[in-house]
Amino acid sequence: MNPTLVAARAGLSRGRIEFKQTLTTPGDLIAILITIGSFLAAMIWTRHTHVPGTHFSLGTTMLVSVLGLDVVVYGFITMADLIVTEREDGTLLRAKAIPNGMLGYLLGKVVNISGQIAFVVAITLLTGAFLFTGLAIGSPGSWLTLAWVLVLGLLATLPLGAVLGSLFSSQRSAGGPMLLLLGGLASISGIFYPITHLPVFLQWTGQVFPLYWLGLGMRSALLPHALAAVEVGHSWRHLATFGVLSAWAIAGLVLAPVVLRRMARRESGSNVAARREKAMRR
Amino acid sequence: MDDVLDVRDLRMRYGKTDVLNGVSFAARRGEVLALLGPNGAGKTTTIEILEGFRMRSAGQVSVLGTDPAHGSEAWRARTGVVLQSWRDHAKWQVRELLAHLGRYYAPYSTPSLTRPWDADDLLETVGLTPHARKRVRNLSGGQRRRLDVAIGIVGRPELLFLDEPTAGFDPEARRDFHDVVHRLTDREQTTILVTTHDLDEAERLADRIVILAGGTIIADGSADELARAMSGQSEVRWSRDGQRFVHAADDATAFVRELFRQYGESVEDLEVRRASLEDTYMALVRQAEHSVRRQLTVVAA
Repeated sequence: MNPTLVAARAGLSRGRIEFKQTLTTPGDLIAILITIGSFLAAMIWTRHTHVPGTHFSLGTTMLVSVLGLDVVVYGFITMADLIVTEREDGTLLRAKAIPNGMLGYLLGKVVNISGQIAFVVAITLLTGAFLFTGLAIGSPGSWLTLAWVLVLGLLATLPLGAVLGSLFSSQRSAGGPMLLLLGGLASISGIFYPITHLPVFLQWTGQVFPLYWLGLGMRSALLPHALAAVEVGHSWRHLATFGVLSAWAIAGLVLAPVVLRRMARRESGSNVAARREKAMRR
Repeated sequence: MDDVLDVRDLRMRYGKTDVLNGVSFAARRGEVLALLGPNGAGKTTTIEILEGFRMRSAGQVSVLGTDPAHGSEAWRARTGVVLQSWRDHAKWQVRELLAHLGRYYAPYSTPSLTRPWDADDLLETVGLTPHARKRVRNLSGGQRRRLDVAIGIVGRPELLFLDEPTAGFDPEARRDFHDVVHRLTDREQTTILVTTHDLDEAERLADRIVILAGGTIIADGSADELARAMSGQSEVRWSRDGQRFVHAADDATAFVRELFRQYGESVEDLEVRRASLEDTYMALVRQAEHSVRRQLTVVAA
C-alpha cells in the first residue's frame, strides 16, 4: 500500500464526512441558506429592472453572476477562514502529528468546500429557474461551460485561499480585511452591474482578478448569447477567461505548497496553547 | 542499542535567552520516563524538539534512531503525540474520528505490529465505548482527554509523547487518565515520555524521573533512588511516657538502635519516615534556582 495514496483516499473521505457535517449542523446550514436567501432577495428586487440597453432582466444577470461570486466566497474566503480557525484550534497540529496527515487534511478541505459550492450553485439555480425568466439552461453546451468555469474557478481560488489563511495568525485579524477586500472587488467585477459603465481604469483593475472572469464565465454559460453585447469587447471572451483563471490557478498551486509547508513547520503544542490562552482572554 | 530516546547536550536559545543548557538523557524501550520540573524549566521545549515540532539550537537528538528535525512520515508513524483538544473536530463523532485518523497508519504496519489499532478495541481500552457515536463537542472534559489519548495511540506508537497531560484536570479525570496510561504500558511495549510539573503524577506514572530546572538536568533516577540519593535524612518519631518526640537523623538505623538501647521497652509508637520525594524535589529545585541566581549575581557583578 502506498502511504501517499492511502492518505489521499483518507482525505477524500474526510472531505465527504465534513461536507455531510456541514449539511447536518443546523448553524452551518442556516448560514449557507441565509447567504443564498439574501442574494436572491437582491435579485428579486431588481427583477423588473433592465440591463442597460436591453430588455433583459438585471435580476437574472445578477443571479448568474452571483454564482461566480459564490465560488470566490467559498473557495477563497471560507477556505482561508477554515485554515485560520483550524490552525487556532489545533486541527492542523493533529494533522501534522499523523503520517501524511497534512495531505489528507488539505484534500479534505478541498472536497468539503467544493461540495459546499456545488450545493450553493445547485440551490441558487434551482430556485432561480422557478423565480426568473430568461436563463439559458436548456442546452448541454451551457452545462459544459458551467462545469469548466466551476472547476477552473475552484483551482484559481482554493490554493490562494489556503495561502491567505496561512498568513493570518488569528481569526479575528482575518475576518474584517477579507470581507472588505471582497466587497470592493465585487463592486468592480460586474457581479451586480455591467462593468462597462465603470471608469476605464476600474474596468482594468476588475479584470485582473478572478472574480470578474468567474462572473463572465457563468454569464456566458447561462445567459442568452445576445447578452454578450453588453460585455467588454461585446464578447464572452472564453479564451481570456480560461487564460486568466488558469494563471491564477497556477500561481496558487505554486505558492500554496511553499507557504503551507512553512506555516505547518511552525505549528506546535505550545503555539496552539498560546493561541487558546489568547482566545480565552478575549 | 536499545535506546528509543537519546538526547545529548541539547541546547535551545531564543534570542539571548538560553532555555536549555546542555540537556542529556536517554530512555530504553518500554520505559516510562517523566520529565519533571517547575514551570518555565524547559520541559515543553524539550518534548517539542523530540516530537519534531521545534528546531533545536545545538546538540544531538535521536528518537527511534532518527533525528526528529528530519523525521520522515514513516518515522512519524512510529511516534504518537497526545495533544490537548480544545475545539478541534468538534462536529466529528468519536468513533468516526478515531477510525479516520487510524487510516493513515495502515501502510506502516509491520509483520509483528498491525497498524492502526482497531477503533472499537481502542474505544474499549480508553473506556469510551458508550460514547462512540457522540459528537466530540458533547464529551465531558475527562472523556475528551481519553479521546486525546486514544488519538495519540491509534497508530500503535513505539514511542508516545505526553506534554502536561493532566493540566487542568479534576481529580477523577486525572485518575482515569493514569489508569489508561497504566493499561497501555502493561499491554503494549510502548515507551512513554511524559512532562509534568506535578510530582505526584511523575511518581505514579514513571519508572524513571528526570528533573529539569533552569535549563539543565539536576537529577535522574527512579523515585526511590532520587529520594535516597538526595536526602540522607529521615524523620524519626516516637513517644515515651506519654510524651511525643521528633528527631531528624542522618542514619536512622543507628539512631533507632541507640534509642532502644537506652530506653528499651518504654519506646512506643515508633515511626521512621524517609524524606518523601516531594521533600527531595523541593530541595533540588530550590538548590538549582539558588545556583542560577548566584550565577546571575556573578554575571551582574
